[in-house]
Amino acid sequence: MNLMSISLDEVRHVAKLARLELSESELMSFQGKLNALLGHFEDIQSVDVTGRLPKPHAVAMQNVFGQDIPIQPMSRDAALANSADTKAGLFIVPTIIEE
Amino acid sequence: MLHQLTASELSEKLHAKEVSAREVTQAFLDRIATEDQHYNAFLTVDADYALAQADAAQSQLDSGTAGALTGIPVALKDNMSTTGVRTTCASKILDNYVPPYDATVVTKVKEAGATIVGKTNLDEFAMGTTNENSAYGAVHNPWDTERAPGGSSGGSAVAVSAELSALSLGSDTGGSIRFPASLCGIVGFKPTYGRVSRYGLVAFASSLDQIGPFGKSVEDAALLAHVISGYDNLDSTSLKNSQIQINDLKSGSLKGLRIGIPEELFGDEIDPQVKEVFELSLDQLVKEGAIVKHLSLPSIRYGVTTYYLIAPSEASSNLARFDGVRFGPRIESTGHVESFCATRGQLFGDEVKLRIMVGTYALSAGYYDAYYHRAQQVRGMMTEEFENAYKDLDFIISPTSPIVAPPLGGITDQMALKALDLCTIPANMGGFPSISIPCGLAYDLPVGFQLTGPIMSDERLLQASYAIEQAFGREYRRPPIL
Repeated sequence: MNLMSISLDEVRHVAKLARLELSESELMSFQGKLNALLGHFEDIQSVDVTGRLPKPHAVAMQNVFGQDIPIQPMSRDAALANSADTKAGLFIVPTIIEE
Repeated sequence: MLHQLTASELSEKLHAKEVSAREVTQAFLDRIATEDQHYNAFLTVDADYALAQADAAQSQLDSGTAGALTGIPVALKDNMSTTGVRTTCASKILDNYVPPYDATVVTKVKEAGATIVGKTNLDEFAMGTTNENSAYGAVHNPWDTERAPGGSSGGSAVAVSAELSALSLGSDTGGSIRFPASLCGIVGFKPTYGRVSRYGLVAFASSLDQIGPFGKSVEDAALLAHVISGYDNLDSTSLKNSQIQINDLKSGSLKGLRIGIPEELFGDEIDPQVKEVFELSLDQLVKEGAIVKHLSLPSIRYGVTTYYLIAPSEASSNLARFDGVRFGPRIESTGHVESFCATRGQLFGDEVKLRIMVGTYALSAGYYDAYYHRAQQVRGMMTEEFENAYKDLDFIISPTSPIVAPPLGGITDQMALKALDLCTIPANMGGFPSISIPCGLAYDLPVGFQLTGPIMSDERLLQASYAIEQAFGREYRRPPIL
């Protein structure tokens, strides 16, 4: 089994990590697609990257600081305006801890 | 007819008071109303919003405070935040989202007095090559409405190509400006990473995303690039002293211009007729004194893999914010996390879900080194190869796309679609400025000529592009449907 072959259980696990609810048929479809893509991606495993530094940015910058100046922030109403559920100036989320 | 003019021609007429800003904006709004049914380029058009800006622009023109873009209609890709105007990213998960703030580019476009005529269709969250991944339907290419315009900024490319707007803005993560520009026969420009603020651009892959202009000509694209660029303290990756200067745009020459074509971008992947058109254009440049060098940049071969590991990895993190709490509809479920999963599972489209899965996998324990870390190392190698090549070359050139506009639904193999980004990806990897200029027709469809330069060479790149556009001796070719 090569590095890239991904099982249905692994697909289910990745979907859970990614916070995606997928049906059984979607899971099987994504298994096929992921394996096809990862198969193509195998080409970079043969590249000699010894001693190469990773390049995470297009243009490297370090220590970018903003000036510490007070600004007028967005109003609470504006920040809440797009939420599916709000109450008393707060976002309402499904219950996390039962009473 | 006003819509047939370039933005710079419209600007002359506005300044000479031959036409009012309201007349110009109304002309384009009328065209959108009657013609966009053929293209599906626009997701939101707000005529009142546009006309109010046109009236404000007219005041600037009347008081003598107008600039080059005052009163010029501009369309925005619908992943740029606009206060009070719906911004969907062509996704059901943002179907009803109305941003409470403007992206910096939107602020700049407004300050320049341009009128925003609408928000354009795209591949969902800018993930796609043909603009067939939109939750609101595919965009159609004006050169042949049965064909794709290219993605992901397909709506913005078509807005200009079909003369529904004088100018437009797109975003380019792996070619999403240049690729559709090529397929639609217009100019598309991705500036150096960091020269245009990403504040308010809904993030896809933050280390690669860059906003840039579409225009009918290099001059039009340059005018808009000048307006939207410059340092912005709201974007921590913004470069200081970075406004793109265009005073010397028309003073360039092709004599002695050193351009190099990598063999990796001129192999069997490129359609033979596209190659032929490209070579004929190249001959033209040589006649005018350009010096062409053939070279090899071997890491380009791994560009598609590298891109499709890095971009989804960044996307899997960036798209974590869409959970149905702060914006977008929410699908209720048995609990908190279950509600997140249901909302995301039901409202994201298939391609977005696939890329989130790829990214999550590539970043997960046990696979990080083999995929994400290694892809970043290859990204570094590729960038270094380009930088070394620039020591004795001005620009790297290639066709922008391996093919002309494909039929809608014509390419079903997902890897074949992704491989179409071959020529455009390296510029994003290195943050390099890159442009696509129309250079002819193959199969009666547009072919794009791409130039990519070193970091911060945007001015020289635009200057050379202007000279190249003159040398090609081809006026902007309008799609036959017009």
